[in-house]
Amino acid sequence: MARTLVNVPKKAKRGEIITIKTLISHVMETGYRHTHLGVRVPRDIIDTFVCTYNGEEVFRATLYPAIAANPFISFHTVATESGTIEFRWTGDKGFSATASAHITVE
Amino acid sequence: MAAMDEQPMTRATRREFLAAAGGAAFALVVRPAQATPAAMALAIRNVVGDAEVRPGRIKLDLPPLVENGNSVAMTVAVDSPMTANDYVKSIHVFTEKNPQPNVIGVQLGPRAGRASISTRIRLADTQTVTAICQMSDGTFWSHSVQVIITLSACLEDVI
Repeated sequence: MARTLVNVPKKAKRGEIITIKTLISHVMETGYRHTHLGVRVPRDIIDTFVCTYNGEEVFRATLYPAIAANPFISFHTVATESGTIEFRWTGDKGFSATASAHITVE
Repeated sequence: MAAMDEQPMTRATRREFLAAAGGAAFALVVRPAQATPAAMALAIRNVVGDAEVRPGRIKLDLPPLVENGNSVAMTVAVDSPMTANDYVKSIHVFTEKNPQPNVIGVQLGPRAGRASISTRIRLADTQTVTAICQMSDGTFWSHSVQVIITLSACLEDVI
């Protein structure tokens, strides 16, 4: 399981725009590199990142090999209600990782 | 006697060397050509279709001079109120000379609150990077930035 790190504010006012930062450990092998013997290293990347807020999708990103290793993604969302914000990364070779954070909205 | 023992070994080494050299030469042949401005234009067409892309409203923030193309901090922000009637639907980033023109595609909605994303990207060469956004009314806006790279990413050999 890949290591993940998500940064979501614990508390927010209703309607406030919050910043979410996510980081996951992954090589993001481009598929364009070769070993010294000329053998191509197969592509191994995370291609989809989805964020859901109490089950509703609020952010989705399609990643390509041009995203640096250990993908860092930062974005915003509106704090509407207390609940759980879930993150899911999926990619090549059946890669899948999840993380979640709880937010209290006052 | 010692020479006879040595000879087959030398041959094997030579054979291995030739195989490796052949493999390396083959790799040079099959190595994908870098994307060209034409490939970038095609990738953009795949996203926007026949719609007109106008400059403005979107801001692509990249450092003008990058030492290491393996990890370049990038921020894309769109000037939009992000209300239910007027919001940013998607943001796409393209490069001119990476092996593949696409960098990232993001789907947003009014719940984003602010159309601004940050990530870290790879850049293979000194080139122009273009960000394009689609608004809820169907219009496309773009911003291009020229970036100078001193150490490139993507194609280096694995050690």
